[in-house]
Amino acid sequence: MAARTTESVNLYLPIAEMSVNIFLLLGMGAGVGMLSGIFGVGGGFLMTPLLIFLGIPPAVAVGTEANQIIASSVSGVFAHWRRGNVDFKMGSILLVGGIVGSTFGVFLFQYLRSLGHIDLVIMLSYVIFLGVIGSLMLIESIRAMQRRKRPGSLRKLHQHNFLHGLPFKMRFRRSKLYISALLPLMIGFIVGILSAIMGVGGGFVMVPAMIYLLGMPTAVVVGTSLYQIIFVTANATFLQATLNQTVDIVLALLLMIGAVIGAQFGTQVGAKLRGEQLRGLLALIVLSVCVKILYDLVVTPDDIYFLSRGSGGH
Amino acid sequence: MARRLFTALTFMSICIAPYLAVGTSRAQSVIADVSEHFVGITADFTGAKILFFGTITGPGKVVVVISGPAQDITVGNKVQRAGIWMNDEKVTFKNTPSFYQVLSSEPLDEWLPPDTREAKQIGVEYLKLESTEAIGPAKAADYRAALVRNMQKNNYYGKAEGQLKLLGGGLFRADIFLPSNVPTGDYTIKTYLVSFGRVTHMEVTPLNINKTGIGAEIYRVAHQHGALYGVAAIIIAVLAGLGGNAIFRKS
Repeated sequence: MAARTTESVNLYLPIAEMSVNIFLLLGMGAGVGMLSGIFGVGGGFLMTPLLIFLGIPPAVAVGTEANQIIASSVSGVFAHWRRGNVDFKMGSILLVGGIVGSTFGVFLFQYLRSLGHIDLVIMLSYVIFLGVIGSLMLIESIRAMQRRKRPGSLRKLHQHNFLHGLPFKMRFRRSKLYISALLPLMIGFIVGILSAIMGVGGGFVMVPAMIYLLGMPTAVVVGTSLYQIIFVTANATFLQATLNQTVDIVLALLLMIGAVIGAQFGTQVGAKLRGEQLRGLLALIVLSVCVKILYDLVVTPDDIYFLSRGSGGH
Repeated sequence: MARRLFTALTFMSICIAPYLAVGTSRAQSVIADVSEHFVGITADFTGAKILFFGTITGPGKVVVVISGPAQDITVGNKVQRAGIWMNDEKVTFKNTPSFYQVLSSEPLDEWLPPDTREAKQIGVEYLKLESTEAIGPAKAADYRAALVRNMQKNNYYGKAEGQLKLLGGGLFRADIFLPSNVPTGDYTIKTYLVSFGRVTHMEVTPLNINKTGIGAEIYRVAHQHGALYGVAAIIIAVLAGLGGNAIFRKS
């Protein structure tokens, strides 16, 4: 036997092909899982960059993260379901759009990769989407908090605009909405594309879209988003596993254990916070990730040369 | 460690015996071996240390080159455009060792002539790296240096010669350190006996590094049965979510 430097807290990941600290990954899983429970986002927008920062190959980070999000979403959706906060009808229509979008997104990913610069496209999409959504949410939640301080001012349930003139109107009882089915279908499709390109569940785009574009009540948004994320990320996991072999079950399992525990606490915390506080907090987290990625794009790297082995890796 | 060394030395003396008998007919020779020819990467793998040992008969010095399986390695370059660092050109080097380490008892610069080092590719600066793209010599040198620098940063290439200990009577030994991210595959350990700056004898020792146990099985299924693996990953994730939920619902 080879003499080994024995450290029982380390585990060798078979697909990522590196040794990692078990407790670090459990902790990361718990932290991100808590966010997912609070906000109804998968947490992929946070976990994927964190894994890459740890030295996990980007392709493996993206594939494995999709797998892990399934677990935290399943765990989270039941907690919301028990409170009656999942609109299955709305979720399913978003899902149909999402599956079509993410499959289209995989092909778009391959096309962009053949052009080169896929890394840049991924990072710039992060910056743009995180930046725009984070800023909008922050502004809105601050305004909402100010409104709350001035009693007597009434707020309409939602604004009416051209989107409400679209055909194929459907009634969504849980969401208290009567809108065109084309609207959630379109949103699901666009978020599906993003999730394929950015390697995330898309919750951070889906949640604000449901609140601001569809006008769904905040309470229902989180559970419904988690419900449809389960299936979008299951689709992504299957595609990544069959096309790229980049899903590391061992890594995913470590993150899942942490995330499932974190998500339960997150749901309890989320139930105690007010809607605008919740959105304000999520906005700040989204913006800080955006700033970090932008910083990495702009600051001069230590070494302007880098390695990519074989044909794999970006 | 002492016991292992003893075993190794006993083993060595058995191997050496026939060579000593014909010592007169073969004035110079080198024999070398490692404590194990297979290093298995298990779930608790955090790197490994293997013992390399051998003996020389006759005058001369020993230099050892450990090479990992050859790969095509691409070196990319970033440029800043509109304030943003983006990927620019890429250069691929064919059949480049994925792991490379040199062992010697004394610094190579002091005793091994450059032409010998070049001929036998001893030392990172003497590795023959050929790019697939036709690029000018200045640019090739930049990319080559970048490859070596980055491979060293990842512990794939040695930064300096490793220590080879001379034990007297022609015996030598060294520890070979394999990092936790060690590339898998077939390695060759070439032991050169050098006399007056010329290689007079060479011994090749094979070494195989591969995943073993559950990790190897997971890797195999992932690569051979991708769809099955994907479905299994989804089922595990759903069960983990349901399981966590069941536990927390009770409490």
